Amino acid sequence: MAIAKTFGIETEYGIVHRGTDDPNPITASSLLINAFLASEGYRPDARSDVIAWDFIDETPGADARGFSPLGALPPEIETHLVNAVLRNGARYYVDHAHPEMSTPEVTDPRSAVLYDRAGELIIQRSMAAAHELLPAGQELVLYKNNSDGRGNSYGTHENYLVSRDTPFGRIVRHCTAHFITRQIFTGAGKVGAELPGQRTDEVHYQLTQRADFFEEEVGLETTLKRPIINTRDEPHADARKYRRLHVIVGDANPSQVATFLKVGTTALVLAMVEDDLIPHEFEFASPVSSMRHVSHDLTLREGLPLADGSTITALEVQWELLDLAKEYVDRHGTDATGGETTHEVLRRWEQVLAGLERDPMELADQLDWVAKFRLLEGYRERHGLAWSDAKLRAMDIQYSDMRPDKGLAWRVGLEMLVTDAEAIAAISEPPADTRAYFRGRCIDTFPEQVVAANWDSLVFDIGSDALRRVPMMEPMRGTRAHVGTLFDECESAAELLRRLGT
Amino acid sequence: MAEREQIRKPATSERENETADNPSASERGEELKAELDDLLDEIDEVLETNAEDFVKSYIQKGGQ
Repeated sequence: MAIAKTFGIETEYGIVHRGTDDPNPITASSLLINAFLASEGYRPDARSDVIAWDFIDETPGADARGFSPLGALPPEIETHLVNAVLRNGARYYVDHAHPEMSTPEVTDPRSAVLYDRAGELIIQRSMAAAHELLPAGQELVLYKNNSDGRGNSYGTHENYLVSRDTPFGRIVRHCTAHFITRQIFTGAGKVGAELPGQRTDEVHYQLTQRADFFEEEVGLETTLKRPIINTRDEPHADARKYRRLHVIVGDANPSQVATFLKVGTTALVLAMVEDDLIPHEFEFASPVSSMRHVSHDLTLREGLPLADGSTITALEVQWELLDLAKEYVDRHGTDATGGETTHEVLRRWEQVLAGLERDPMELADQLDWVAKFRLLEGYRERHGLAWSDAKLRAMDIQYSDMRPDKGLAWRVGLEMLVTDAEAIAAISEPPADTRAYFRGRCIDTFPEQVVAANWDSLVFDIGSDALRRVPMMEPMRGTRAHVGTLFDECESAAELLRRLGT
Repeated sequence: MAEREQIRKPATSERENETADNPSASERGEELKAELDDLLDEIDEVLETNAEDFVKSYIQKGGQ
């Protein structure tokens, strides 16, 4: 049986330090995060290391295929940079010269949107807090995109809890088809094309930020030779029961509908993979070039070669996956895919595919690549510009500008699925139904005693001889239902640990 | 391929019905167009003043 999915989204934001001749993205990212932590009253004594991340269980070099190919580079963990755990259970840190926001674990796609939006608001508060600290004329500006337009990419990753019983080969077979074809609604749009490390001008506009950067079908890397299926086998949970599928092909989406569908459809596909209910495989003749082909084809009509010699379009694959998903939900319900919200996923999935088939421009209030394209095309026509004009490239970047008054994404009329009032609450309140609840409440209630944290553990200093480590190997335990009253009743961290029986 | 066609057909007919029952799609289109015109009217005020310099200076370190 498919297990109930836990999700999370990690976003590396682009960062620009304006008003200085000597920008350093690592220093700027640290300043940004520290400014936020200070302004929100996080423990002030060790701002560069507010609540230390506990790296004991981190094994990003583990490979889901059970081996490490020669020459594969496991990702490095940088332990010396700012690395904070927030009251909402999120992790906010500096990674590869970018500020990165990892949402807390959630159990349905709408909550993924909610905490992704809370992350955007945290970024906005961080920019404002940094502005207060910087000399006049300087500013940090963040961008929710995945490419600088000249061959450098940074990621937005999704994570899904999957049963360990599911053979990894089956995940690879079916997810590859979904990842290649879901780009038609997950893409954030981009002017031009890039090869890793360089720009080309063969393509005017494409659906995604990321497709140009995938060079392998399956692999462990995330920063070079990026694979469509990432094999990092680091569940941050009981490894005998769970896998975490680490999805690196997605774009950062200002559009909430795109984020909702990205996560919701992928959860459905994974549930069907776990239950082995996808009857046949779309085996692409060349997955890597199909990935780019889909992204570069604005008509959405071009056939992609399958291994059996036939061709299929991205829309055809998506219609078929949708039909299978409807059947799956009819027969198996929605327990594995986030409950009732699943029906909303199916409804919107169908609506978006129908819109893409009729006229993608109908979806200008729903999908990033359409909203951006329509804006750029409108501007281009009005001013008689060529696609190569720097103005259009500037607008592409500025679409993702996180300043509410400058970012074009915030002005194009995208439909919102969560209110900002809800998202503001989610800046400081963890989700109620995963272990993020326990993590967030501990950090809020006992900030002096929590000395280190990780996805699957918390370390307390309660003044006794040894530090006390509380493992959290079950992502669905430590919820409000499990431990909510403990936080109301316990006066101290020591009492909390005693009541937990650790 | 035969199997694929079979699966796709019902989806197509459902979609046609949906289009017929949904006249608001074109109204929404008009609305969006008006919004876009307004946005294009005001956009020059928020756009980066020197696009060329801005694009040149937007350099990021590669990440994940």
